[in-house]
Amino acid sequence: MAAETPTRPAWPELTKGLWRENPVFVAVLGLCPAMAVTNSLRNGLVMGTATAFVLVGSSLLVSALRRAIPREVRISIYIIIIATFVTTVDFTLAALMPDAHKQLGAFISLIVVNCLILGRQEAFASKNGVGLSVADAAGMAGGFTIALSLIGAVRELLGSGSLLGLRVLGSWFEPWAIMILPPGGFLTLGMLLVVFSWLRARAEERRRHESARTEAA
Amino acid sequence: MTPVETRSEPSSLRLVLTLGLTGLLSGLVLVGIYLATKPRIERNQAEALQRAIFRVLPGTESTTPMVLRDGRLTEWTEPGRPPEDGTIYAGFDAQGALVGYAIPADGSGFMDTIRLIYGFDPSRKVIVGMQVLDSRETPGLGDKIVGDEAFHANFRALAVEPDIVPVKHETTAPNQVDCITGATISSEAVVSILDRSAKRWVPVVAPADGGTPPQVSEVRDGR
Repeated sequence: MAAETPTRPAWPELTKGLWRENPVFVAVLGLCPAMAVTNSLRNGLVMGTATAFVLVGSSLLVSALRRAIPREVRISIYIIIIATFVTTVDFTLAALMPDAHKQLGAFISLIVVNCLILGRQEAFASKNGVGLSVADAAGMAGGFTIALSLIGAVRELLGSGSLLGLRVLGSWFEPWAIMILPPGGFLTLGMLLVVFSWLRARAEERRRHESARTEAA
Repeated sequence: MTPVETRSEPSSLRLVLTLGLTGLLSGLVLVGIYLATKPRIERNQAEALQRAIFRVLPGTESTTPMVLRDGRLTEWTEPGRPPEDGTIYAGFDAQGALVGYAIPADGSGFMDTIRLIYGFDPSRKVIVGMQVLDSRETPGLGDKIVGDEAFHANFRALAVEPDIVPVKHETTAPNQVDCITGATISSEAVVSILDRSAKRWVPVVAPADGGTPPQVSEVRDGR
């Protein structure tokens, strides 16, 4: 295992998941919940928060125990740790937010198989210290929650004319029912992927211009 | 040439112990969480059940849990919650007249057990409403049994005799249920649960000789 570099700052690890390596819009991971449960902003927020709790908790434990976990059984142990956090979220939501729990249904249990979570354990938490791993997990979880909330907000706004259940668009607006149905998830995600790719390409272009100008100077 | 770094393999015993210990700790944590959240979850379920009773029995103003004792349907008067199995709920209107019975039922779905409740009108021998209380059917497909309007319209006056029958297109008889396209297995599971439950409860709440079972009237008269 790679030793942790003590001087490595946590800030870049925290911020990379929000934009540069956003799990949904850049890495295109965890698309199943990103499309299936995001028919409202509230569902996106709850699912994102539940996933964030599991991701940060699992990364913290996997990182802290990384030297004690034999390589041969590491994946099984990661899954046990992740499943424990997921079941904790499942019970807690059922107790505190029964309506949201009912709406999200099987997707709460399916957080166990979200490739984003296992991927971060294998790629980052098992090779880095607790501080960096928690920062990485929090950043990725933040990026995931932002992505789900954004998809949920667009779908709820166009599909129901409301946000968080509050009517935003006036009576003149005829809701597009398709947006809160499964095809709406595909349409919204596709649209947002195009926007994010365009923004990334523009930023890249600007960076190239800047460096060319600096070299010329 | 640099020597290849060798890594000593852990013994099988260590692997087994590590996995066993992780599983044990995980189990302990889950038991703790389960015990901590159980009372709240049960209270939520009781409230959801109460709301569902009023929804599947339109016109109901008050309800009474009823249990089968020695083949007789009697009111649950003991302290605490009635047993989950074998309890149904009699619904009464504002004048205290019997509207019908809300009957919980469950059975296997496509993914897991489906728990539902349905309203039964004993005078017409028809199901007058159905609500899924708990299911883990495939999201986007099987879970349509929870909220699909057209599917739920099947249960506004569904005859239970001789059998409740699932069909794939238009219904042609009052005892048929039009299944949801793309959720056929889950729809058929709901029909099967209803049919099995109706066969158990209809002879109790709507005897073949007609009329309301005397035990229910006795309960109301005694108030």
